[in-house]
Amino acid sequence: MVIELLLLCVAAYLGLGLAGIALKGRAASIVVYAGSFAVAITALAGGARVLWESPPASEMLLPIGIPWLGAHFRLDPLSAFFVAVANLGAAAASLFAIGYGQHETAPERVLPFYPAFLGGMTLVILAADAFSFLVSWEVMSLASWALVMAHHRDKENIAAGYIYLVMAAFSGFALLLAFGLLAGPEGNYAFAAIREAERSPALTSLILALVLVGTGAKAGLVPLHVWLPLAHPAAPSHVSALMSGVMTKVAVYGFIRIAFDLVGPLEWWWSIVVLALGGITAVMGVLYALMQHDLKRLLAYSTVENVGIIFIALGLALAFRANGFQAAAGLAMTAALFHVLNHALFKSLLFFGAGAVLAATGERSMERLGGLIHRMKLTAFCFLVGSAAISALPPLNGFVSEWLTFQAIFLSPSMEQWALILLVPAVGAMLALSAALAAACFVKAFGMTFLGRPRSQQAVGAGETDGVSLAAMFGLTALCVALGLFPGIVIDMLAPIVRGLVGEGATVQSLQPYFSIVPVAGSRNTYSGFLIFIFVAMSAGLTALLVHVFAPRKLRRGPAWDCGFPDPSPQTQYSPASFAQPIRRVFGTMVFRARETVTMPPPGDMAPARFEVTLRDLAWDAFYAPVSLFIQFASARLNYLQFLTIRRYLGLVFFALVFLLVVLALWQ
Amino acid sequence: MAVILDSLSSIAQMLFVLLLAPGITGLVRKIKAQLLLRQGPPVLQPYRDLARLFRKETVLAQNASWLFRAAPYLVFALTLVAAALVPTVATERPFALAADLIAIIALLASARFFLALAGLDVGTSFGGIGSSREVMIASLAEPAMLMITFSIALVAGSTNLSAIAEFMSTHVEVEVSFALALVGFIMVAIAENARIPVDNPATHLELTMVHEAMVLEYSGRHLALIEWAASLKLLLYISLLATIFAPWGIATFGAGFAAASLALIAYLGKLGIGGALLAVFEVSIAKMRVFRVPEFLGAAVMLGLLATLLRMVVRGL
Repeated sequence: MVIELLLLCVAAYLGLGLAGIALKGRAASIVVYAGSFAVAITALAGGARVLWESPPASEMLLPIGIPWLGAHFRLDPLSAFFVAVANLGAAAASLFAIGYGQHETAPERVLPFYPAFLGGMTLVILAADAFSFLVSWEVMSLASWALVMAHHRDKENIAAGYIYLVMAAFSGFALLLAFGLLAGPEGNYAFAAIREAERSPALTSLILALVLVGTGAKAGLVPLHVWLPLAHPAAPSHVSALMSGVMTKVAVYGFIRIAFDLVGPLEWWWSIVVLALGGITAVMGVLYALMQHDLKRLLAYSTVENVGIIFIALGLALAFRANGFQAAAGLAMTAALFHVLNHALFKSLLFFGAGAVLAATGERSMERLGGLIHRMKLTAFCFLVGSAAISALPPLNGFVSEWLTFQAIFLSPSMEQWALILLVPAVGAMLALSAALAAACFVKAFGMTFLGRPRSQQAVGAGETDGVSLAAMFGLTALCVALGLFPGIVIDMLAPIVRGLVGEGATVQSLQPYFSIVPVAGSRNTYSGFLIFIFVAMSAGLTALLVHVFAPRKLRRGPAWDCGFPDPSPQTQYSPASFAQPIRRVFGTMVFRARETVTMPPPGDMAPARFEVTLRDLAWDAFYAPVSLFIQFASARLNYLQFLTIRRYLGLVFFALVFLLVVLALWQ
Repeated sequence: MAVILDSLSSIAQMLFVLLLAPGITGLVRKIKAQLLLRQGPPVLQPYRDLARLFRKETVLAQNASWLFRAAPYLVFALTLVAAALVPTVATERPFALAADLIAIIALLASARFFLALAGLDVGTSFGGIGSSREVMIASLAEPAMLMITFSIALVAGSTNLSAIAEFMSTHVEVEVSFALALVGFIMVAIAENARIPVDNPATHLELTMVHEAMVLEYSGRHLALIEWAASLKLLLYISLLATIFAPWGIATFGAGFAAASLALIAYLGKLGIGGALLAVFEVSIAKMRVFRVPEFLGAAVMLGLLATLLRMVVRGL
């Protein structure tokens, strides 16, 4: 039975956490990471086997937790897929960390929590009652919080950890309320009972709003994203990869599990909320990413964008399902799940690349990097493939999921509701905009880090990273390419999951010629990454061959031309800020209230001239600042409650009790 | 056997667009010169330029990386494949299933991705300014193009170019959304091909400094490939315009010799008209400031969105 194996894997993760506390030195790091790698591979194999054979869902009841409830676990195709994705990311991160971990300055602050974090994520996906779900969710949150705080001497990290903790508590609280409402007054916390229960539409809406807030805060939906770009980069790079690549997917799992499985049918207008949130998240995420100079923060904001893309596809699936178009809903759902897998792959890969750069140079700021393609050739290659994949360029995997999403959008006109008919094209425009901006963003990320001339001594002295880390990166690179060339295999693998969620899976792809994919049966809209790859590779190879045979092969190295005015100082080349300037000018004045101030000293003054750009995150101003102001105001007003006599405290308790009893009496 | 024949026909199509592309660039230049009452270089001059560039020695900047040397081949191959996937003479060609219109747009985006990276590789200010402006323009041109695709695909019921061409050649009604899409498409095509008023293909020292600034460090065979790719892209956009908005005369693959010759003549005629219209447009308008370009392309996005919404409304009624 696979479910026992997976629960044993979770136990093994927790055991490795204990080993991380007990062992010291380099051995601890090797044991924990190699052990996690082995466990993750086992769990991945288990999940993949369930996906491959698609047996009926298996359940398990452990006599732990609340006495009358126990702990329910269930393995169906959906959870098997997410277990596989999570443990694929975990396996890659653990392999990378075997090499990368030796650069860790405070391993004792990472090793105990790392396996616990992995175990928590796996357990969330397996949980089949509200209690185990929430407990695992909190284990995942707390372990990742501890990992964010690993480098706690950094002031920024303390702030990031604090904001993360507040947001994680908020998210957990929203989910707690949602499950409370789902379970109803009888307290049927098992998912099986929740699935059977009948609810009024108003209650369903309230539950879904809470779930959207709870999982959206974890996944990074705008405007609940503010903690993500602070917390994800603060952790060690392999943990950043897990938080961005995997933990956000666990949140997406939570949303899918509740919205598509547990609450039952939803009204159509919910899809508007999800679509609009997804569209805004995608565009805002990538615009924020473009403005960043910190490589890891750029990647974290790009995670926000990709979560937006996933939610756009989920919103489409909701809309189609509400209209009873099962094939279209299946297509949208396939696109969402495919993007979940894709993003886990390339975002982990990119974070590994950023980690390798950080280890080699000690720098995260692209203002001080550059020219690393000469010093870190292999890392640069992997990062390049990852950048192209996340920019949705064919024939790589990122393009497939975006193409599927676009194909789902093309099916939208047959829907009945005018609001959806008009909204979906606008969301399509936002998706297209975010894809184009993502390409710009990753030209910047790769170009500023790996190309050009080195902007600091650290970048000059960098060297290639170790072989184990490179193995992890090359493994993910190969997967990004393979999924782009043979997407039909993944789509067919997703079909049973999608069928379970929306009633019908995508079309069977395995019979299509040349590994091409068709979105819906009988459609002529086809795409074959395999053929495109063959065409491009052959034309490029043949061109190179012909040019080298017939054209003279003479090649001379000389100083850069630069129109006759090359400047020897690397400071004169384009910087991350100057690269983003045109786009900042187009979008930034409105979206970020970007302001440029130039301070020019008067003639004769020796002070340097200064140019400053200020950006504001409107989500802070609109949502968080008022809340924080209110809390400060309220706590200042209620401060005197701290200085009451014991009699008055007892009086307060007494009146509160009476009040609650009266409420209860009126309720009954 | 069928695979070999299909491959041969694909190779023939690739060679066809490859050999035709510099000619269209030469034609546009010639007509422009004539309109300005200049003699102008002969139409075949771009072929000579390419031959000369291929013969020349290549000078590389000292710190140019492998990416800088690989980029011209990648850009050339990606643009060539995209151009070969657009139906020229016949629809329903073998391997047409490889890509629909969205994939063709994305292939061009891939080419641009590598070219923009190559512009940053040497670390000069010219390359940087070119790349950053190129991606800024692309960030609006691509959504505009996708919205236009969307509005057309809604009518034709497919994003497959052969299906669109077949639908459009039998669909006689004139639709308002087509007009909007056509205007938007032309605006995008002008921006994508770095033509006036967005960029000036004749110089890199003007204040625009987009495409030509980005490829400033290239020389010899590398430059030849990039120039050839630029011609191919121009050919691609004119073919696309012809396939979508004027598919008359296009043959179905395997329709016989007579139909094919007729289609070939029609195609060459359409290319000539497209090139001539571009030349007339270019000499009759002044280049705009680079920060007016977003407004220009923003209008294209809006036209695409408007065309789509109009389709949706018409369909819903």
